[in-house]
Amino acid sequence: MNERYEPVIGIECHVELKTATKMFCGCCNEFGGEPNTKICPVCLGLPGALPVPNRRAIEHIVTVGVAFGSTIAEFSKFDRKNYFYPDMPKDYQISQYDMPVAAGGSVKYWTEDGELRECRLTRVHLEEDTGKSTHAGSTDGRIAGSEYSLIDFNRAGVPLMECVSEPDLRSAQEAVAYLEALRRTLLALGVSDVKMEEGSLRCDANVSVRPVGSSSYGTKTEIKNMNSFRSVERAIASEVARQIAIVESGGRIEQETRGWDEINGVTHSMRSKEEAHDYRYFPDPDLVPLEISPAEVRRVTQTLPELPAQRFERYTARYSIAPRQTAQLIDNPALAGYFERVLALGARPAQAINFVLGDLSRLANETGVAVAESAVTPEYLSGVIALVEDRRITSKVAKDVLARCWHGEGAPAAIVEREGLARQSDTGALVPLVDQMLAAHPAVVADYRAGKQNVLGFLVGQVMKASRGTADPVVVKELLNERLSSG
Amino acid sequence: MPASNELLERSAAEIAAAVNERRVSAAEVTRATLERVVATEPNVGAYLTVLAEAALAEAASVDRRVAQGERLPLAGVPLAVKDNMCLTGSRTTCGSKILEQWIAPYTSTAVARMLAAGAIPIGKTNCDEFAMGSSCENSALGITRNPYDLLRVPGGSSGGSAAAVAAFEAAIGLGSDTGGSIREPGAFCGVVGFKPTYGRVSRYGLIAFASSLDQIGPLTRTVEDAALTYDAMAGFDPMDATSVQEPVEPAAPALRDDLHGLRVGIVREFDPGALGGAMDALYRAAYAGLERLGAELVEVSLPTAEYGVATYYLIAPAECSSNLARFDGVRYGLRVAGRDVRGMYDATRAAGFGEEVKRRILIGTHALSSGYYDAYYVRAQKARTLIADDFRGAFASCDLIACPAASCPAFRFGAKSDPYSMYLMDYYTIPMSLAGLPAISVPCGWVQPPDGNEPLPIGLQLCGPLFAERLLLGAAHAYERATNHRATHAPLAQRLTA
Repeated sequence: MNERYEPVIGIECHVELKTATKMFCGCCNEFGGEPNTKICPVCLGLPGALPVPNRRAIEHIVTVGVAFGSTIAEFSKFDRKNYFYPDMPKDYQISQYDMPVAAGGSVKYWTEDGELRECRLTRVHLEEDTGKSTHAGSTDGRIAGSEYSLIDFNRAGVPLMECVSEPDLRSAQEAVAYLEALRRTLLALGVSDVKMEEGSLRCDANVSVRPVGSSSYGTKTEIKNMNSFRSVERAIASEVARQIAIVESGGRIEQETRGWDEINGVTHSMRSKEEAHDYRYFPDPDLVPLEISPAEVRRVTQTLPELPAQRFERYTARYSIAPRQTAQLIDNPALAGYFERVLALGARPAQAINFVLGDLSRLANETGVAVAESAVTPEYLSGVIALVEDRRITSKVAKDVLARCWHGEGAPAAIVEREGLARQSDTGALVPLVDQMLAAHPAVVADYRAGKQNVLGFLVGQVMKASRGTADPVVVKELLNERLSSG
Repeated sequence: MPASNELLERSAAEIAAAVNERRVSAAEVTRATLERVVATEPNVGAYLTVLAEAALAEAASVDRRVAQGERLPLAGVPLAVKDNMCLTGSRTTCGSKILEQWIAPYTSTAVARMLAAGAIPIGKTNCDEFAMGSSCENSALGITRNPYDLLRVPGGSSGGSAAAVAAFEAAIGLGSDTGGSIREPGAFCGVVGFKPTYGRVSRYGLIAFASSLDQIGPLTRTVEDAALTYDAMAGFDPMDATSVQEPVEPAAPALRDDLHGLRVGIVREFDPGALGGAMDALYRAAYAGLERLGAELVEVSLPTAEYGVATYYLIAPAECSSNLARFDGVRYGLRVAGRDVRGMYDATRAAGFGEEVKRRILIGTHALSSGYYDAYYVRAQKARTLIADDFRGAFASCDLIACPAASCPAFRFGAKSDPYSMYLMDYYTIPMSLAGLPAISVPCGWVQPPDGNEPLPIGLQLCGPLFAERLLLGAAHAYERATNHRATHAPLAQRLTA
């Protein structure tokens, strides 16, 4: 990237909220299904049908606002955004214009090296989703050249949250980190599935560039059609590069909407500012103003779960867990919960995290059973950790014991007892084993004596293996050193 | 007994009593009504669709319910439904080409409640296209004639329902009132037209013209019937977010015969002297009649009411421009092919909407567009608040307000060809609509027009504070009983049918 320019990025997200029913009618709010099977007069916009707001969706927005520290409007309203579009049943969208449910606040996100940053929010508001068009007969599925179009209204009227950020982001990576944090938070709040592939999270980016040190903004473009976090990153990087090239060559950036072309890796112009709609917003006369009481906001505040950013801070600062490992736990709430229970039983975070993300996660992958659902209860894991801490088993044996626990062989202490896996540090018991190994590998012994000291590790490993991991590696190493140098 | 024409000319209350007491069956009443419709329609043209089959099926069901011992407040009562209300399986056109073939797949709450009360849906009645007009002349699908003079309009937009009730083709007509669309045709057709408080009757299934103003109400031959209809329809509906939670006390038991203890406000700015000698005399007589019934007349002032029409013609078109966007040819109704989607929209809407609808969509689109919104829409909302405040002020010194329902009697077809003179027809009814108040028009006399042979009915408008339906209907009933103006002249349509 050209270091004389600074990108300025703001993100606008649309998130489908998880509710039993749609925003303004009783239809089931569920992804997919046979086309036009989750519809009624209201979400089809039939003549005479009227919207009735979904209280739960409003609560969700309040929850999101509270979580991000936004100001919750005591008095809010729905407005109509008027424009014609075939998959929008009423040819207006019920949205919020000048009185969003939540305003201000910020999303805390963290960079790859674990630094916590903040992106301010402009607003969070509630609206309804549109249907989906399919164009048939054209080669590329686009409307141009198609013979006819089909519309599925199952998605029409699904509650949609719009979340607009301030232009606080300074790189494509930051934009993605912001989106990750937003996604994690919404998941933690339980307000959405936030799946980009199912369209329950969609985002546009406002991008401009300016000379480093400048405090004013350059002309921005809005980037659409980004279908994954990866494409968000690529699209923004590409657009930043395009803008810098234009500015460098003395050109001017046009304010416009640009579409991301995933295949060719470029953005292309969709419509200019002049073509922008006049949405003729006005208060929806079918709906009464929304009142959100301070008591409701207090209730939401009190029932808020720990947010990913708070958890990130706690794990990295208090437990000294690496940012990458912390992120893994935050992305798997069940695993994080398991981890927390193990900690509550007295295990040290550094020990617990290694077992949870290492051995147990590997076993989970191999067997297709989630860690939290496995036979290794938090008590078992903390038991294993205690055995290692008390030097009653080696860390090698710990892995074996955990695998046995996983496969239902019982409690760790019982396994150790039954299988004779207790740590052996008694020299008397280990000497014969060491001697046996030296006798079995004369070539290696010769190598060692010729000066290849690094073969010692091999010999330690052989002794450990012969002892099924129970031998205390420190003692084994001492014995080997002793024997080899004396002989 | 077979249902005679005589029974059909009685009130809904009397028909329901006869059916409940099994002196006549709902089926008999329905068959007689359908015959009456066949005989009368060539002259009047109140209906766009007659629902003979549905009516007979509903009648059979009412007869079964009555036979099982149910007493239904509107048992077997023939009902005319304005064609902007949905009824499952019935064509619902709004008097527009764009919905000419549209069959409603669901039933509006108001109609459903009427059917639950035992009413029989005889048919869907003509109206100005999307309820925009004051004469029914803006219907794209038919002409409705005033039963008292077939050369004249029935008023509008609920002209079909008013004419059907006046010509005994139904005992109750459902109308919708946005700026006077029940009260004015009620006055023109010599029947009672009642607009409840905004939000009292659910709008679910009423095809919207202007959502913040639309209100369903009855057109009936008696105030008692209006009260019975109101009692059947009013009340909170979970399907309409603007329907009010306020409990509804039945109005029918509160009807009264005098106005003792009531202060009736006469609006200084609505001096009937402006309406010419004959109308002036009639209204002065009507006010005197209220006084004779025990009311104390007090002068009240509504200084901002004169801005009602201007205010209304910003708010109502603004809302309609958005409400009518959905008629785009994509999902239902008329579709006229175009080069692309845009072209299809344009061709469909150009062919589907009439002149007046297009005019209002244009006015409303302009009023909401960026750069004009504050000057038009926002200012109109402020004016609306001032008008409502004026009424609140007036009701501090009176219980009800009395004024004309319209500035003239029914006029001849084509007489109000310029839109603005038509807009002024609602001068006396619009302010109440803007304030959301309940108002009723009751026959208060007859005038002999210089350009016709038939005497024409005139309506007195009474208006009450928000949710004062009981008081309002009670007072209107007292006035109706004392004057009985309807009895003076039989409609020409009735004479022609006989």
